[in-house]
Amino acid sequence: MQTSKQNNSFSPEFNKRLKSRYRAEQRFKFLGIGAIFIALAFLVFLLSTVTLSGYSAFKQTYIMLDVTLDKEYFPDEDLAKGDFQGIVKKSLYSMFPDVSSRKDKRMLNGLVSKGAAFQLMDMVKEDPKLVGTSFSIWAPAKDDVDMLMKGNIDMDQAESNRRIKDKQFEWIKTLEENKRVKTRFNRTFFTSGDSREPELAGILSAVKGSLYTLVITLLLSFPMGVAAAIYLEEFAPDNKFTDLIEININNLAAVPSIIFGLLGLAIFINFWGIPRSTPLVGGLVLTLMTLPTIIIAARASLKSVPPSIREAALGVGASKIQTVFHHVLPLALPGMLTGTIIGMAQALGETAPLLMIGMVAFIVDIPGSFTDPAAALPVQVYLWADSPERAFTEKTSAAIMILLGFLVIMNAVAVYMRKKFEIKW
Amino acid sequence: MKIKGPIVAGVLATATIMSSAAHANRDYISIVGSSTVYPFATVVAEQFGRTTQFKTPKIESTGSGGGLKLFCSGVGVDHPDITNASRAIKKSEQEKCAANGIKDVIEVKIGYDGIVLANSKKADQMQLTRKDVFMALAKEVPGKDGKLMANPYTTWKDVNPSLPAVAIEVLGPPPTSGTRDAFVELAMEGGAKKFESLAALRKEDKKDFQKIAHTLREDGAYVEAGENDNLIVQKLQANPNALGIFGFSFLDQNSDVVQGSMVDGEAPTFDNIAEGKYPVSRPLFFYVKKAHVGTIPGIAEYLSEFTSEKAWGPEGYLADKGMIPMPDAERKQFGMDVKELKPMAMK
Repeated sequence: MQTSKQNNSFSPEFNKRLKSRYRAEQRFKFLGIGAIFIALAFLVFLLSTVTLSGYSAFKQTYIMLDVTLDKEYFPDEDLAKGDFQGIVKKSLYSMFPDVSSRKDKRMLNGLVSKGAAFQLMDMVKEDPKLVGTSFSIWAPAKDDVDMLMKGNIDMDQAESNRRIKDKQFEWIKTLEENKRVKTRFNRTFFTSGDSREPELAGILSAVKGSLYTLVITLLLSFPMGVAAAIYLEEFAPDNKFTDLIEININNLAAVPSIIFGLLGLAIFINFWGIPRSTPLVGGLVLTLMTLPTIIIAARASLKSVPPSIREAALGVGASKIQTVFHHVLPLALPGMLTGTIIGMAQALGETAPLLMIGMVAFIVDIPGSFTDPAAALPVQVYLWADSPERAFTEKTSAAIMILLGFLVIMNAVAVYMRKKFEIKW
Repeated sequence: MKIKGPIVAGVLATATIMSSAAHANRDYISIVGSSTVYPFATVVAEQFGRTTQFKTPKIESTGSGGGLKLFCSGVGVDHPDITNASRAIKKSEQEKCAANGIKDVIEVKIGYDGIVLANSKKADQMQLTRKDVFMALAKEVPGKDGKLMANPYTTWKDVNPSLPAVAIEVLGPPPTSGTRDAFVELAMEGGAKKFESLAALRKEDKKDFQKIAHTLREDGAYVEAGENDNLIVQKLQANPNALGIFGFSFLDQNSDVVQGSMVDGEAPTFDNIAEGKYPVSRPLFFYVKKAHVGTIPGIAEYLSEFTSEKAWGPEGYLADKGMIPMPDAERKQFGMDVKELKPMAMK
């Protein structure tokens, strides 16, 4: 009431202008909300497509086999050389005794993954006493069977167009009736390395490769970045030369990452002779990439420490270096750590430079050290996306989910640290 | 707050890691090369790694050209032992190898790969000839008078009245791809030869002929869709009027959504490619450094795994993955050569 009265005391032109100013403000608000809404919609779309196509990768179809490890399958003294594939085949034939033609037998064998034989081999290696006994195992089903169970194969299509043939469908139904088929959590996905069989492929070698690479990156780029920032911010004289360095650092932060890969190939691999495809060389290259990010973040957080702190320390007789290390650095550290974590998250999602140094590779063995050949998480996504087998589509999405999970965790830690150690002046 | 401690520790730790890494002996096989052979070589490598006491070979997908470049850069643990290729080694590459001290290279042909032209199942199957393909995709085609002109055709019907009246739109690999090399060599050259004027040119000046046959249209009828064949398959599903060019294994895996076009009256099926009836198929190879056999553990065993019947035979696991096996006699020949580690002759 009061405002309207007040408004009335002004000229009509003024009221008009005021209204239009309010309208402009409203418009801007709506535009902002609209922008956020559109961005969120894209994010939701991305996450939901990835999740929808990827969640099924965490489950896997298994088939129960009754196996008999007859001694005849182990002609060699080395038990690992036994004919495990033969044992698996015999188990299948005994379940479907009326399958006789060569072609049908091949189709029947196509129900169970090669992993069944590897599983038996590992069991026998662990416990040689198993030879000669009979027992049941849950063996992973072939990727095509898995796709069928997950409803990704349309059985209404003509037989020649399907990866699962009519006979195989019958067999699977029989197996299901006998409670020999089940779908359960896919542990293999988290405990094994890459494989060309989708049902045996896992993410662990890529996760470990990424971990080793990031350890090297962190060990190198954090101390170097912080030291460079401290020198430039606190000790360096202000002249043309330091200006030049500053410009170059800012420039490097914007250089496309593939260029660091080329540099790494030329210097670390060809000149220093560090082995290709290892986390060591990957870490070095990513160090180059993250250094500018860390230096810039570290300098910004040093700058935000008020000069009064430095003056007070110098005033009570601290030396320059004591001032920096006892007073300024501890206060600037939370900001530096945040910058470092964001730089690390960036390095985790990087593929382009790794392409040049041979980390885009098929790695089955899980890397155990910094000099074992390794892949990285985003590389695994790239490789699976390029594989012909249909079942790799869901693996690709699942790998993306895991990569996103790591990124969210790292960024959340950065936010938490900033909140926790934030100092308000 | 003391900060120095962790920094010093970090620097020391890295220094130790670095020095231990230098000049490490390699105990795994290092393989580079073609992305077409990659899905087959990796299956063998995995089988080899799981069933022997050797480590699983490391396989990089660098493309045929990139692989041979790395392969020919020298002898020793820093250089790859084997390179995969979806084409035979070139003379220039052999010379580079020789110049870098790689004397004996064993050539192993492993099988064939068909290149298919496919479209969505929603549309009708196309009945193409290589001549149609050339006329639809070449940048310059001979006109009625035999003179070259810029490609005027916009629909398949313009090319051949028996084809449907849909716009020409073909999604295929970029020039860096080995699939593209093989496609232009087999399909485009094969089609170009059907023109009398071009066939005459081929006899006169092979280079000029190849330039015409290998240059694809740049006016939007041929779309470079990247190296990812899965992406092409997806795009075909979305656009039933488009054709896509990719390897047989992708057709094999996606036969419920895409269909291969007939080329010269032959459908791209496993049997037709294996019998050599389907015209657009190419051999796949890998090359081994003889000097590394015995130095890097497991190479000889990897070779025998690859050349065993259960791998590359007609019923082997590579055939399950979509590789077309060689005829028995050829397999036997290459199998023997590998067993004897017989180096290839210089071209």
